[in-house]
Parts: sequence; structure tokens; C-alpha cells
Amino acid sequence: MIVARRKPFDEIKGSVSGAEQVLILGCGTCVAVCLAGGEKEVAILASQLKMALRLENQNVRIDELTIERQCDREFIEEINTRVTVDDYDLILSMACGAGVQLLSDVFDHKVVLPALNTTFIGVAEGPGVWTERCRACSNCILGVTGGICPITMCAKGLVNGPCGGAINGKCELDYNRACAWAMIYERLQKLGKMENVRKIQPPRRHDLATSPALVIHKAYQ
Amino acid sequence: MILDSEKFVVTAEIEPPKGTDVTGLLASANALKGKVKAVLIPDNARGVMRMSPLVVCKLVKDEGVEVIMTVACRDRNRLALQSDLLGAAALGINSILCVTGDHTMHGDHKEAKPVFDVDSVQLLQMAATLNSGKDMNGNELSGAPEFFLASTVNPFASPVELQTIKFEKKVEAGARVFFTQPLFDLERFAGFMEHARKYPVKVLPEICILTSTDVARYQDHKLPGFFIPEDIFRRIREAGENDLNEGISIAAELIKEIKRSKLADGVHLMPGREKGAILEVLERAGA
Repeated sequence: MIVARRKPFDEIKGSVSGAEQVLILGCGTCVAVCLAGGEKEVAILASQLKMALRLENQNVRIDELTIERQCDREFIEEINTRVTVDDYDLILSMACGAGVQLLSDVFDHKVVLPALNTTFIGVAEGPGVWTERCRACSNCILGVTGGICPITMCAKGLVNGPCGGAINGKCELDYNRACAWAMIYERLQKLGKMENVRKIQPPRRHDLATSPALVIHKAYQ
Repeated sequence: MILDSEKFVVTAEIEPPKGTDVTGLLASANALKGKVKAVLIPDNARGVMRMSPLVVCKLVKDEGVEVIMTVACRDRNRLALQSDLLGAAALGINSILCVTGDHTMHGDHKEAKPVFDVDSVQLLQMAATLNSGKDMNGNELSGAPEFFLASTVNPFASPVELQTIKFEKKVEAGARVFFTQPLFDLERFAGFMEHARKYPVKVLPEICILTSTDVARYQDHKLPGFFIPEDIFRRIREAGENDLNEGISIAAELIKEIKRSKLADGVHLMPGREKGAILEVLERAGA
């Protein structure tokens, strides 16, 4: 899933400055799971903003709404069945960057601002802990590396083995973190597949991952 | 080629200047002239921005000192790397050290984009392909370089097998000389050399003139790739203000032993806190 973090409060408060009617729009999927932009986080931000702006004698109406997904037109289109978007000076989106953009596309006459910084594609490790696992590089080599991605898990994205800075299986950037290649080694040993990494991996194909990427399912081409 | 010597090879590193003043650089190069086989010019080592190694190599070479140019993967993509390599060949710089490069997070421009478009193994392949008269995508070159390729190996990191696999990949990709991470533990190094001797490559372990500052940085995990054994660590600590002198002694002892036991094909000296330290080490080691 997409993992995001809320922007610093002062930055959010500064971005809504001058507006009289603000809609804080949450997203009920990834960012709700990672406790950054779901219904609860919308309510917390709304309360914080109301208090802070009141203390500054700013009279701002702040409404809250959370939809299932902001990265899907179907769900964005139902917003107007629940509130009137034109009542607001701006929409503060608590979705990931993709959601903010689709929202801006659909309501292109409205100012849509991000309240989150989108951080990575990752997994839930346990309560409140998420780790990055995928860089969406469009040429997956997880089959070779025992299900551990060196593009993501190695700070240098090295595909031919560890750098010289790793000491005792720890990453040179953070000695509390395992070196991706030490993890790959352990996994491949367990699987009896060390031969997977004895062959030189060719340079990555960045032509397969140019921005902006596009996928059209063959049934819809 | 300069590193292809049968004799015990001594090389030393000179750091490119941070700025346009090359007086110190040329003085260091001239001081080492005749004392070392070649000087190695690093490429924004530890991610700290300095003058381009391509330019520094040309300046040092013009002083009559042989050079080895480092090319790191951290700052340039495959186009820029190949461009610079062709440029180096045109300037007569033919000894190339291919490394991954320290991460930008260790340097003085932490906000920079770390490139790592290719890794050190792929960089070696790229340079070897240029030697064959083609660029890495198979396009014909008008005029081909004659690079002699070097790389690095860390004999002190674990898991050892992974380092060994990478070493073998580098040999396959065309590396003929290997520089190592700083050597302090001869026994561990000997274990690696037993394996390395099976390949047609030369190994030049790095000899570092330790000071108390290094020891403190090592304790803070700020010296990636370093592995300092307890006894050497203690010698520097106990030397107090004489730490530099002790560091020079340790370096000289290591070189003497490597030379005596023919453990390696030579040594590579890192500059210490004081510029003259390398010369002092060489004198004490009789190298």
C-alpha cells in the first residue's frame, strides 16, 4: 500500500490561510490504514485547525468528509452528493499524491492542497510501523533475489551484491538496519538458491520506468 | 601499464582540492614523485564535493606523475560515465578505478540525488566494452580506449561469501587490480588472499595512517568499510598526543610484514592528517 505522513501542522495551517470555507477530504484506503489521512485523521486535523485559527481570530468554517478512494473518479464523483464543493474556497486533501491530483483534475476550478507527504509503497510490519518494500521500477527482479528487493532495500539500489561499506551484515547508512544483501544471502541460503546471484545482473532498464507511466489493460486497448 | 608491474607496487592517494587552488595538490604530487608508482585520485570520496578527478588527473599527470582515476557511480548516469571515460582516454589517463561510491548521505550534500544508474560491476563491464571499440549499447566508437581496470574489494566484511561473489563478478567484468578497504587485520586479510590468489589479479591493500580522530569516528560508525581490531584501536588510544606517530608506526609495520611475507602485490597509502605522513611511513617501512 501507499504510505504517507501528515505534513507539519504549521505548513498546513499556513497553506489554508485566508480561506473562509475549507473542506478537509480524507481517503479511506491506504492512508487510512497507515493512520495518516483516514476519517480519524481528518477529524483530528479539523479540530487542530479550528482551535489554532480561532486563537488567531480567524473565522474559518472547516468541514470534514472521507471517501473510499481519491484515486478513483467513481468515488470522487460522489463527493457532490454529500457536500457542495462550490461552497468551499479550498479542499485540503488527506490522500496520497495520486489522490490529490485526481481530485484537482475533477475539480479543476477549485484549489486543492495536499495535507500529506506521500512517502513510499510498503507493508505494515506491526502496529504503527510501516516499511518501504517497492520502488515501482517496472522490471521486477524479486524472483532472482529471494523475494527481497535490492532496488528498494539497499540504499544504493545495488543489484550485483553489497557495497564495501556494509559491516557485519549492517548497512553503512544505518548500523541498526540490516544490509539488503545480507538479508538476500540468508534467504537464498535457506532456499538453496545461491546460484541466483552468481550471475552478473545487467544495468537496470530505466526506459521501462519513464514518467509518467501508463498502463492500459489489453481488454480495453 | 603502471599497475601491471612484477615488483612490489606502492600507490598513494591525493585528495582533489575543494576549490580552484591547485597549489597544494601539485605540491603533494611532486612530493610523491619517484616515491610511489602512481597516485590515485578519488571521485568525490565520502560524498564530499571536490574538483573533478578527470581534471585533477590531467594536472597531476602533467607534473610527470602517473595517475589512477577513480570513477564512482554515485554522481553520474551511464551517459556521463562513458563520456568522462572517453575524455580520460583522450587525455592519456588509462588506469581507471571503478567503484560504487560512498552514499551521498555521508557527504556534504546530503540533499543530492544519489544516482547509482549502474553499479561497480556494470561500470567495469562498461569500460571493458569501450576498450572493445563499442559503447555499452553496442554502438561503434571512432577510436577505442585502452583502459587498465581496477576495482575495490572488502575482505573484512561479512557475510564473506557475498563479498567473494562480488569480487568474482568484478574479475569477470574485467578488473585486474583490486584495492581493499583499510587493512589492519593481517590474519583476516591472509584468509581472503588465499582465495584471491586463484584469480589473475593483483591486490593492493589500503594502508591507513590512523589517528585518534579516526578512532573516535570509527566508534561513532562514521567510517564506512573500516574494521579496526582491538589491539590497534588500543595502541592509538594509549598513544595520546603521539597518535600520529603511532599511526605511522602501525602503517609501516603492516607494509613491512606484507612485503616480507609476500602477502599482497603492493600497498596503497591513504593520506593522513599531515601531508608528510605518507613519506614518513614509506621511509620507516623501507618501501
